[in-house]
Amino acid sequence: MRQTGKWLGLGYYLLLLLFLQLPILLLIVFSFNDSVLLVFPLRGFTLQWYRELLQATELINAAKNSLLIGLVSSVVATVLGGAAAIAIARYNFPGREFFLNIATLPLVIPYVVLAVALLILFQALKIELSLWTIMIGHTIINMPYVMLIVAARLSGFANNLEEAAMDLGATYWGTLMRVTLPISMPALVAAFLSSFTMSFDEFSLAFFLAGTQNTLPVYLYSQLRFPSRLPLAVTTAAVVIMVSVVILLFSEWLRRIGTSKPPKV
Amino acid sequence: MGRSPTLLPAQDTPVENKRRLFALITPPSVFLLFFFMVPLVIMALYTMKESSFGPLFPLSFEAFRSFFSNPAYFVLLLSSSQLALFTALLSILLAYPVSYYLVFYTGSRRVILLTLLILPAWISYLLRVLAWKVILGSEGLLNQLLISAGLIENGAPILLFSQAAVLITLVYVWIPFAALPIFAAMERIDPRLHEAAADLGASPGVTFWRVTFPLTMPGVASAFFFVFIPTLGEWVTPNLVGGVSGIMYGNLIQDQFGRALNWPLGALMSMVLLVLVGVFSYVFNRFIPITEVPVSS
Repeated sequence: MRQTGKWLGLGYYLLLLLFLQLPILLLIVFSFNDSVLLVFPLRGFTLQWYRELLQATELINAAKNSLLIGLVSSVVATVLGGAAAIAIARYNFPGREFFLNIATLPLVIPYVVLAVALLILFQALKIELSLWTIMIGHTIINMPYVMLIVAARLSGFANNLEEAAMDLGATYWGTLMRVTLPISMPALVAAFLSSFTMSFDEFSLAFFLAGTQNTLPVYLYSQLRFPSRLPLAVTTAAVVIMVSVVILLFSEWLRRIGTSKPPKV
Repeated sequence: MGRSPTLLPAQDTPVENKRRLFALITPPSVFLLFFFMVPLVIMALYTMKESSFGPLFPLSFEAFRSFFSNPAYFVLLLSSSQLALFTALLSILLAYPVSYYLVFYTGSRRVILLTLLILPAWISYLLRVLAWKVILGSEGLLNQLLISAGLIENGAPILLFSQAAVLITLVYVWIPFAALPIFAAMERIDPRLHEAAADLGASPGVTFWRVTFPLTMPGVASAFFFVFIPTLGEWVTPNLVGGVSGIMYGNLIQDQFGRALNWPLGALMSMVLLVLVGVFSYVFNRFIPITEVPVSS
């Protein structure tokens, strides 16, 4: 009985794995295919699309913009979300519930609604759309994640480490820098990385809030309308996929180092 | 910083405490106020504007009139809710057995097997949808396969540009996110409960329905929540693989800020969606709190 269950389970696991991975692998395979049409049978191996990729200045610009937006918005989100996390994890204050409710609202608001609301705000204030407007949008959606990740970490540690530091004469801000922040560091790094990934991939907000400068997803989306440019879009996708897998493996490796147990004496 | 520590114990007066809290909480609050609360309020005001770029006054209820007099909008809102419901249920249905297998059958390898399974979740959402456009497209792989198998006539694509295509793509996108909370809930189950049930004479089926399943309900519920809500506001997937018959309510909103250029109506449609999501989250949160953070002092 249990043995049958095991084989059935394994079969189902492999099927689902195939379902989830095959579409991604297809994109990678087609990025090396010597044809404008994305159809089988494959026409032979080529690096033509990759060569064209290097010459597509618009695309490279878009990638740079995405990188910049990702960096700035995740730094800001980590600082603001981290401060909020310390406040809600270490203080009981009137309005704490209210603050928590508002601050986590961006988790459930549909992105299209947030995008439209920000678009209206910038129009009403006559602020021209630019990379900055996208950064603001991405900061808003990343802040609650940072706050929850860091607060969860902090509430895992009792307050007495900080109290001990202050009893020993450290100032409050000194304690914050030398005790609270180091405690939260793994959570802060994790929150920063996930914010960056989120921002780099985000399409909806970027689509509505982009001015003349595109982000990578917005640029890709604009290319999907032209069938002749589909191979280039697929090749970009393949590059992004391979780079993300490398980054993922790298951060997983870092995480293992960070959480590995000290050798036993 | 910079100050050398004094030898006196830190003074922790209520006033100082308040100042510190104020310094911590003000920057995030101000940011949220300006770029989250204020935009929503302005959007609410925009629903009463006469034209997209005109002045606010005199107030006009044209957007309300056209929204509530057109049943097509409600039909679309309803069908989008239905699609979001199906997406959430199907993702859970597909993710549940695999989580069960991983947690109860694969021992210490389960984390690596799970990571392998949900790897695609780390890949850009847009790219995953693009992959399905390549598969389901009218020139796509599935149609070719069916044509060469003689199952359909050439040029009669059956899947792309339909609700089914949107559903398949969305389920594909969301399975990893449904699997995570279910997996986590199952991992928390004490295996001794299963032994106890078996010792007391329960069959595996009874053990599952009376012990395992109820204990995984919180995971199933949060999986439902995190799939249903974003799918409800979805517009990108329908745009890429849905075609005319596959459009969702989110496309309607996008259209008001694009081609149709009717910002007041678009603002109203957004408000309606926001209220719907708000009511749903509120009701849901009463049963399963997702944002509780304990104070540790």
